[in-house]
Amino acid sequence: MSISPGPYLVVAAALFTIGAVGLLVRRNVLVMFMCVELMLNAANLSFVTFARKLNDIGGQSAVFFVMVVAAAEVVIGLGIIVAIFRRQSGATADDLHMLKG
Amino acid sequence: MIHAAFLIPLLPLLGFALLVVAGKRLGDPLAGWVATLAVAGAFVASVIVALGLHQHHQHAQTQLIFEWLPVGGFHVNASILVDPLSMTMALFVTGVGALIHLYAIGYMHGDSRYPRFFVYLNLFIFSMLSLVLADNFVMMFLGWEGVGACSYLLVSFWFERPAAASAGKKAFVTNRVGDFGLMTAMFLIFAHVGSLTYGPVFAAAGGLGRGTATAICLLLLLGACGKSAQLPLYVWLPDAMEGPTPVSALIHAATMVTAGVYLMARVAPLLAQAPDAATTIAWVGAATALFAATVACAQNDIKRVLAYSTISQLGYMFLAVGSGAYVAGLFHMVTHAFFKALLFLGAGSVIHGMHDEQDMKRMGALRKWMPITSATFIVGWLAIAGVPPFAGFWSKDDILAAAYHKGFALWLIGFVTAGLTAYYMTRQVALVFFGRARWGTGEEAAHVAANQEGHGATPHESPWTMWVPLVALALLATFGWLINAPWHPANFLERWLDPVVGAFSVAHGPSTAIKVSLAAITTVLGLGAIGLGFVVWDRSAEHSELEPEILRQAWYIDPAYAAVIERPGEMLANFSADVIDHGLIDGSVNGVASLVRDSGRELRRLQTGYVRNYALGIAAGTAAMLAYVVVRTW
Repeated sequence: MSISPGPYLVVAAALFTIGAVGLLVRRNVLVMFMCVELMLNAANLSFVTFARKLNDIGGQSAVFFVMVVAAAEVVIGLGIIVAIFRRQSGATADDLHMLKG
Repeated sequence: MIHAAFLIPLLPLLGFALLVVAGKRLGDPLAGWVATLAVAGAFVASVIVALGLHQHHQHAQTQLIFEWLPVGGFHVNASILVDPLSMTMALFVTGVGALIHLYAIGYMHGDSRYPRFFVYLNLFIFSMLSLVLADNFVMMFLGWEGVGACSYLLVSFWFERPAAASAGKKAFVTNRVGDFGLMTAMFLIFAHVGSLTYGPVFAAAGGLGRGTATAICLLLLLGACGKSAQLPLYVWLPDAMEGPTPVSALIHAATMVTAGVYLMARVAPLLAQAPDAATTIAWVGAATALFAATVACAQNDIKRVLAYSTISQLGYMFLAVGSGAYVAGLFHMVTHAFFKALLFLGAGSVIHGMHDEQDMKRMGALRKWMPITSATFIVGWLAIAGVPPFAGFWSKDDILAAAYHKGFALWLIGFVTAGLTAYYMTRQVALVFFGRARWGTGEEAAHVAANQEGHGATPHESPWTMWVPLVALALLATFGWLINAPWHPANFLERWLDPVVGAFSVAHGPSTAIKVSLAAITTVLGLGAIGLGFVVWDRSAEHSELEPEILRQAWYIDPAYAAVIERPGEMLANFSADVIDHGLIDGSVNGVASLVRDSGRELRRLQTGYVRNYALGIAAGTAAMLAYVVVRTW
């Protein structure tokens, strides 16, 4: 059975928008991190949608790559966040501007 | 016996090497004795070789030491040319040199760099000998530069005094101008002949065009003018008097400055092809002789008078060579070496006895305190003033006769110069040895007393190592003319030099009657000038009307050179430093640096450190790219 890809793409676009806007407006580092995950998965959803639509396995395998990379990124990102919170508690993203030029 | 020729330059070289290694250990005065013995040995070797040459009827011989530059068809050998001219030079360089070395043992006694002085002195003798004994232009040039370097080292021997240091530099730089001419002449010779060895060059002299020969000779003249202190390159010699007095006597009166005259005599075959160049030489010499004699009349420094006198006498030698009277020029070179070395050493003895006072206006009546010095100095004075029968009379009148033959104007200049010479030397003798003692009164007595340390309070006679050379040179200045008396069997020097320069000399000079009358006129003028000078300067040391400012300042030539050469040079240097270096080169380097720094400072503001700024940038960039794609695919 074939399902129209439209709703899936709309959901993916909504997820991406939520992630992007969240990344821009939130200051909590953890939440920003989750927003990045939202954007990644929005992209994954559209990959899968087009893979089904075009009957091409390439899109689905790309999703696996993204998930692996995202998992690795989560490990590194959370490690950095934990290290930051050890140095200073309750820091927002805006407090972390010691690399200012 | 000619095979001993290699010993002549070798002995001073060995003395030099020994003193370099062990000079400090030998110390004062042993180092001086080693140096003196080396030069005296060279003199003995020269005598032996000269006798051998005489036995071979003065046939020039070349002794090969080693092949120096065998490059393709171009060969330069380090070899010794034994011919009458080179042996004449070697004899008087080593003879006068040995006497001056002996003198320096006493004069330099107590100097803190005593051994080094003799190192330089021996090196100088070696260089001078390689200059005169070379059989090619390259070796000659090597010696030429060697004596120049030694001159620099010895003029600025007391380099703690700024005047001595800058005088050395001036001598060196001025000589570079002359060397330019000498080197260019060598290039020209090589381009036209393909060899720089005297033999082939002079053999090919006839084949050179007149223009080429003239160009070569004029360029050689430029070199000779530098080394022999002729107009316009004479300026270094008066300043060179900052050196120790033995140096002034040896290098700047007797030997090195005659190198130019030697060179001109050596290239006589070339000069024979270039009569215009010969005339130029004669006029340069005459002009220099007159110019320097006028300046000498108004100098107060005892050594400066002698320096200008040397320039003037060298002018006489150039006049002789330019007039084709090579023998007369070389004869005067030898007699001048005797009496001018005598005068310089006498002046040194006076300076020594007066505790480093050099101003003649603060001397006077010294004959009572320094009998040997004054007696020998008076001999030198009579010799240079041309009083018969002293040496200067004979050689000077030979030159004047030759000049008369060349042109009346040249003779007239030489004649006036002879009168001036007698006058300024009389002024010097009267100021130093006669008249009133101007050093013993009031302030000056205190000055003399303050300067003496362990010496007597009054002027004193010098030690024997200093007065023995004076006496020897005084004897030579009296009897030295016997080497070339102007009648036939006694004209030894003329017959001796005949194989070298005879063919190029003026065949028939003026008749004997003219010669005798010229000599008589000159002698009367000289005696008159002596009488006048003595009457004027014995009574009083102050005659400002006889010492016009323009003569005191040497016709303002030094300031003129400073204005014409030094000031534009300084302006160019300032322009290079301020505009080109500071503005252009530093400016571009600094400009690149500040461009990077300033742009970096501005771009830094983009790095706010806020993650959302970066995220916004990424978002905006993505949106822009999307918009671009959308617009394009529309």
